Amino acid sequence: MSIKKSPWIIHYDGSSCNGCDIEVLACLMPRYDVERFGIINVGNPKHADIFLITGSINTQNKDVVKNLYDQMGEPKVVVALGSCACSGHFFAECYNTLGGVDKVIPVDVYCPGCAARPEAMIDAVVKGLGVLEEKQKKMKKK
Amino acid sequence: MNWIIWCVATIVLTPLAIGLLTGVDRIITARMQSRVGPPVLQPFYDVLKLFGKQKLVVNRFHGDFVLSSLIFTIASVGLFFAGQNLLIIIFALIVGNIFLVLAAYCSNSPYALIGAERELLQMLSAEPMILLSAVGLYMVTGSFDVSSIVAVNGCPFIYLPGVFIALTYVLTIKLRKSPFDLSTSHHAHQELVKGLSVEFAGPSLALFEIIHWYETFLLLAILYLFFANMPILGILVVLFIYFIEILIDNINARVKWELMLGSAWVVTLVLGVGNLIFLYLIQ
Repeated sequence: MSIKKSPWIIHYDGSSCNGCDIEVLACLMPRYDVERFGIINVGNPKHADIFLITGSINTQNKDVVKNLYDQMGEPKVVVALGSCACSGHFFAECYNTLGGVDKVIPVDVYCPGCAARPEAMIDAVVKGLGVLEEKQKKMKKK
Repeated sequence: MNWIIWCVATIVLTPLAIGLLTGVDRIITARMQSRVGPPVLQPFYDVLKLFGKQKLVVNRFHGDFVLSSLIFTIASVGLFFAGQNLLIIIFALIVGNIFLVLAAYCSNSPYALIGAERELLQMLSAEPMILLSAVGLYMVTGSFDVSSIVAVNGCPFIYLPGVFIALTYVLTIKLRKSPFDLSTSHHAHQELVKGLSVEFAGPSLALFEIIHWYETFLLLAILYLFFANMPILGILVVLFIYFIEILIDNINARVKWELMLGSAWVVTLVLGVGNLIFLYLIQ
């Protein structure tokens, strides 16, 4: 119940051009102020519930993303922000790019856009809250 | 009969009151940054959520240290309500703090180690003044017992303005607010600043929050003792001081530890000890 009211996010920049990152920061700023929904941007995967990734996955950052994901406590949700994180977008054909985030870890919510708008990001996180609650129910049953 | 009231006040009312105060703090902070801010019950949502998360324990000592810290901190608040010796209360609080540092140390994570070291520095800066305030209250009221300090006629603040101001200065350190949020921060800052709590996850982070609520209560309660014979004025002054702390938090950047330690000790020596010497000379 209360997990929907206090989702803490951790934001990781895979190999983004910073377009999406700036928009993530815009969400935290006064115009959008996601703290209204209890969302806090934490720098520590152990404290976080929602993993926001911007940018595509390449051979260098795949271990980092995997490591961050493994350090997060259950229940957790992964949100791929922006077209690069969803599929690799422009960079999909590059020699060092593996593709979207789902090549390394399971993704729950996809939020395409180049760059994704702050409104779309907030919608994606709110969508992720439903998944988070479902996962918590499953966790309790176990 | 009395002990039931103390128990209820300690275990139920204190976290409720300070949780609400923290919620109001977050709203005021947000307004100061021209944001809307979270609902007032947000701290309770956070703590309840953390209790529902997976237990990620780094080693088998971590949980015991956190639990010991909680027990000692609750005990110090309980002793306060029971009107016991102020020195014992402060020592119990310090022991509770030390267990938090041990919990951070035992994880062997480099961030937690830095956080633990900084927490020790913070304690080194703040604790002398907190102990001196107990000494000051003793010099004015003739007793270390909270029950006697509350019962005394006259306002200790009139004799101890320097001690009160110095205590307010170190309060910023204990409340984990800028510019002295070196080991871990009260509000959401990223980076190294989450040092002390970096290895706390799920339920143990929830306990960490609750310990901080008790600690905040006890420090505000010590401030209140300076106005113990005038309850309404006392509560108003304590709330005003808390507001000032929020303001200081929002208009200051973090400082280096040298400046924190140096300034805290200078303030302690000049205002705290100076006040006590003056008091000794005129008595």
